[in-house]
Amino acid sequence: MDIDNVRKVAKLARLDLSEADLATMTTQLSAILSYVDQLKELDTDNVEPMAHPLPLKNVFRPDELRPSLPVDEALKNAPARSGDFFAVPAILDAGDDLSH
Amino acid sequence: MIERTAAELIALQAKGEATAEAITDAFLASIKARDGEVKAYQFVDEALAREQAKAVDAKRKSGAKLGALAGVPIAIKDVLCTKGLPTTCSSKMLQNFIPPYDAHVIENLKAADAVLIGKTNMDEFAMGSSTENSAYKTTRNPWDLERIPGGSSGGSAAAVAACEAACSLGTDTGGSIRQPASLCGIVGIKPTYGRVSRYGLIAFASSLDQVGPFTHDVTDNALLMEVISGHDPRDSTSVDEPVPAYTKTLNTPVKGLTIGVAREYFGEGLDPEVEASVKQALKEYEKLGATIKEVSLPHSKYAVAVYYIVATAEASSNLARYDGMHYGHRAKGKHDLIATYSKSRAEGFGKEVQRRIMLGTYALSSGYKDAYYLKALKVRRLIKNDFDKAFESCDVVMGPTAPTPAFKLGEKTADPLSMYLSDIYTISCNLAGIAGISIPCGFSKTGLPIGLQIQAPPFAEEKMLQVARMYEAATDWHTKRPKLG
Repeated sequence: MDIDNVRKVAKLARLDLSEADLATMTTQLSAILSYVDQLKELDTDNVEPMAHPLPLKNVFRPDELRPSLPVDEALKNAPARSGDFFAVPAILDAGDDLSH
Repeated sequence: MIERTAAELIALQAKGEATAEAITDAFLASIKARDGEVKAYQFVDEALAREQAKAVDAKRKSGAKLGALAGVPIAIKDVLCTKGLPTTCSSKMLQNFIPPYDAHVIENLKAADAVLIGKTNMDEFAMGSSTENSAYKTTRNPWDLERIPGGSSGGSAAAVAACEAACSLGTDTGGSIRQPASLCGIVGIKPTYGRVSRYGLIAFASSLDQVGPFTHDVTDNALLMEVISGHDPRDSTSVDEPVPAYTKTLNTPVKGLTIGVAREYFGEGLDPEVEASVKQALKEYEKLGATIKEVSLPHSKYAVAVYYIVATAEASSNLARYDGMHYGHRAKGKHDLIATYSKSRAEGFGKEVQRRIMLGTYALSSGYKDAYYLKALKVRRLIKNDFDKAFESCDVVMGPTAPTPAFKLGEKTADPLSMYLSDIYTISCNLAGIAGISIPCGFSKTGLPIGLQIQAPPFAEEKMLQVARMYEAATDWHTKRPKLG
């Protein structure tokens, strides 16, 4: 794993890391990954992957109206609020085509 | 008073020898006297604790039926949502977060008339084995203040060991209850996956996380397990299995008990004093009539490697929600959307959390997913198969909880991998989804606690607690308390 890999992963993970952080991360992640590489010595061709300890199935509930969190409660922890809404940075540029 | 167990405090109140208010006052005084050094708590609300205690006393006076934990002061790991009270996960990201609802386990504790005394310090987002990854403070081991209490539930373990709470709740994703219980000389259980609802538990790795109690002894643990276990439709992985009356069967020794001992748990890296204490505990069980049988868990040496792919992959997904939009830290200044995300996350998360998000993101990224994530899931199956096979010939599997007693503050912070290896004996239990408990089984020559780990098949908590109680009834490690100011 080199620093360019790490830079790309940081972008995917939405972490604005400094060059120094990226360098440290490269060393540390490389060490952890080489430890993880011991898994390669196992033949797992015919092994079913196990994502979860339980045999999970979808859980349904009736589609009925239930009380939900009041607006003020929901907005209480918001970093920024505008009326009854979360205030966030602009998502679309003024020039974006909104026709579809 | 503060050295009593929850069951003893309940009995004192029933006999009219103490009020809930007096008990709560004693623990608040203990926090005042000791927590400056131990640093177990993130947050204590004295007035609220007293108010709850007074309500319990009033309820008793009125003749109404009291809950199973009436007037017992309990500390809560700061990863569990408490309505109207700060819940920081020991992270800057959630510095100002006040949950609008209670976690399922908190609702159950309130219904049982427990007194919630405060929130405890932890490794940020439950990622760590020493509680040194907290963004706020470093909790000390009550048996030696220069050493770590274990982690990630280090604050909850230290609070009970230091008698700053009668009992507490923690969470265990790879050993975060059992390892600190072992290092602090108390009892800690990781229930079977699905036994306790995760509703209101701030997620780290959803296929591994479970909530469980820390207590001075096995009886108290059984008592708390009765209160927090059970089905909850708000957690789709909560299992609808009846909750046995653990406290009722606790003192019935298991007849014809067969204990599996895995040779893999006694290899390189195991401290000789830990090994000696655990082997002595096995001899004690033989004296009690148990049969020791060697079993093999051949894939256990891969558990740490599997864990650091599976847990980080799940964490990278779970922690994607912290984007500075709806709650949590948002970076100051005017930035576009992506920069706001990236700066908020870089500022809000500490180094270990960032490292794990990076590792998990990499393991799930295009081109690497099969080599890392899928491979880890396959080896996870092999680890589970090992346990299934072992439990065909034994009731429980025993061994050390942690390879060494508590290490020194700062000893492993520079080397993440050596820190990860302190969970080598506890991690496979979470990967397999089975139950595990750590109970005190001795002390090192320098006076540091040592823990015995007992692992049991899924939903065999009842038997596991009986087995743990057999040893406890024959020994007195659980009655020891550290000397503090």
